[in-house]
Amino acid sequence: MTAVPDVLVDTSEEDRPRVIRSRESAQDRLYLIAVRATGLVVLLIVSSIGIFLGLQSVPTLRHYGLGFFTESRWLPSQDIIGIAAVVVGTIQVALLALVVAFPLSLLTALFISDWAPARLRPSLIRMVDMMAAVPGIVFGLWVLFIIQPHATEVAHWISKHLGWFPLFHVRTDVDYPIWNQLPGYPSYAGSAFIAAIAVAMMIFPMATSVMREVFSEAPVNEKEAALALGATRWAMVRTVVLPFGRSGIVGGTMLALGRALGETISVVLVISQTFEIKPYVLESGTSTISSLIASSFKEASAAQLSALLTAGFVLFCMTLVVNSFAAVIVSRSRGREVTDL
Amino acid sequence: MTQTVTRPPGRRRREPEPVATAPAPPAAPVPAASATPPVEEDVRRPSGRTREDRLTVVGAAAGSLATTWLFYSRILPLEGVVGFVVVGYLVFVAFYAGVTALTQPRQVVVDRVVTTAVIAAPTLVGLALASVVVMTLWKGLPVLSNANFYTSDMAGVRADDPFTRGGILHAIVGTLIEVLIAVSIAMPLGVATAVYISEVGGRLADLVRTVIEAMTALPSIVAGLFIYTVCLVYLGMPTSGLAASLALAVMALPIMARASYVVLGVVPGGLREASYALGAGKWQTVWRVVLPTAKPGLATALILGIARAVGETAPVLLTSGASTYFNANPVQDPMNSLPLFIYAAVQTGNPAMEERAYAAAAVLLAVVLTLFVLARLVAGGKKSR
Repeated sequence: MTAVPDVLVDTSEEDRPRVIRSRESAQDRLYLIAVRATGLVVLLIVSSIGIFLGLQSVPTLRHYGLGFFTESRWLPSQDIIGIAAVVVGTIQVALLALVVAFPLSLLTALFISDWAPARLRPSLIRMVDMMAAVPGIVFGLWVLFIIQPHATEVAHWISKHLGWFPLFHVRTDVDYPIWNQLPGYPSYAGSAFIAAIAVAMMIFPMATSVMREVFSEAPVNEKEAALALGATRWAMVRTVVLPFGRSGIVGGTMLALGRALGETISVVLVISQTFEIKPYVLESGTSTISSLIASSFKEASAAQLSALLTAGFVLFCMTLVVNSFAAVIVSRSRGREVTDL
Repeated sequence: MTQTVTRPPGRRRREPEPVATAPAPPAAPVPAASATPPVEEDVRRPSGRTREDRLTVVGAAAGSLATTWLFYSRILPLEGVVGFVVVGYLVFVAFYAGVTALTQPRQVVVDRVVTTAVIAAPTLVGLALASVVVMTLWKGLPVLSNANFYTSDMAGVRADDPFTRGGILHAIVGTLIEVLIAVSIAMPLGVATAVYISEVGGRLADLVRTVIEAMTALPSIVAGLFIYTVCLVYLGMPTSGLAASLALAVMALPIMARASYVVLGVVPGGLREASYALGAGKWQTVWRVVLPTAKPGLATALILGIARAVGETAPVLLTSGASTYFNANPVQDPMNSLPLFIYAAVQTGNPAMEERAYAAAAVLLAVVLTLFVLARLVAGGKKSR
């Protein structure tokens, strides 16, 4: 007879069974050694990536100093390199993607959990999951050829009528039509706004499924109670589902944000790359950390390569922080006290 | 009788219409779940619609469409499809709210306005998704209809050559080889790590779990850059399929490990207990009880991981190099893959190459969706989590 597994021991706190010690068979010892070794190897591999990226930023910071974080230009030929612009661009694109994806995800999650007929629900859930499997490059193509012609018109309209607001300003003469821009002035194509549409399509499924899962855990009794008290469906959702699912909404959004920060290929396809810190998100030209890596790794010298790795490390730290917050928030939503009738 | 319990008071003044759609629950209103065993406990829907409700929608829709058309396209100097849809939607909401307010209290008006938004958002996304699929198929159709597209490579094919020359066999084979190697590295390591975390445990296992959870945040481009720097620049490996596989494996390992231990975590502890009670050892329990029980879930995780790896462009872009010729040797010479082929073809800016890119995107989409359907079938219809 062998030992009671640890798994069983730590499940019940107060009623702890006695731990029976016994010698493990050779087979078990081999298995434990093998599994521990694999775990260690994976730990080494996985943590070595983080450590490697961290170490690579040391020579970069020694070479470029703190100016690396404040310099916005990326001119390898003149040895002027900084990530200020790409960091700002990354955050801009990710936040814009959230602005597009968040309302859509929230409403879709609500539709699936509370509006759709029960027999439609599984196929809707499957559709959302399937959307998560669509490759980023396909969404990139789609935005480039289907969405961009319309999106530039929308951007033109917004900048024409709301251009006094700095976010919507485009530094060109807005009275010129889209197809006849003044030469040398920025156009409306390839902007952070249009890239954000592609990213929004990438993050929508993740945000939706996290929110929907939390919404579907909303206590049925309380929903029934709200309806019995005469609430309309929206009133029921507002008073029961949304308060219950608040952590899911925030957590799902954060997870989606983490994904949006690292999204590469759909952004690279859409944007025209410029290195400039600007609030004008409708204007052509932006850059993100991942698009910077994708476009300039090939010509990079050793020093620039370590600068790129540092940029990658910064990106990783950003996604890590966002994801950890999200994980904490989502896990807090479980085990909420629920009125049991 | 039971219907009046769930109906909002705003609708009470209408006569109770016979409800055909809602399944009539047994007499007791609240514990309906006990009588419907297959479906999990579910809120009964507030009952169906009256004729007034339906006519309100139809009237508001017709009125808003006419008004929008008249003002948007005829009177005001506006144009564009997007603008039309947005203005039309807003006018519809206004009309719908207005017509509803004639007969219903404020709460119902608010409910209906929200309902329009809740229905509009998934519709919009569904249309977008449908247009993605239709676009790739439609634009790729001239290329997809040629058999040589699947049987030959792009060696010596110029961008402007007719579609009867050249194909993506090299990219398909490249994708298969790269993903196969990547998965055969990531899957065993991932599952073994998951077994370690969930079945063995201990302080070190917790550390492994924390680190793996952290590394799922690793953006794929950074994984690619890591392999590019270590293998290609420092170790001097050539750009090859193997390098791409390593990059994909590094990207997929944390994801697969995490998915696997989530799956192992839902294996009921009672099964393990029973196994130990029968005198099985730890290895026997894991191999004969835990893993077989978790098999459908593990297979789903595996297939979804593959689908993710197949569609990932960024790590491949950095490591494999894009060949135009057929190359089935992963350790030598550049290798192409479907996402990379699409990316390179679009970057040329040549219209014919763009159509090839669409056709390749359609193939890629088909591969990914096939994998997805396969995953669902393996999961056996019911959710594994």
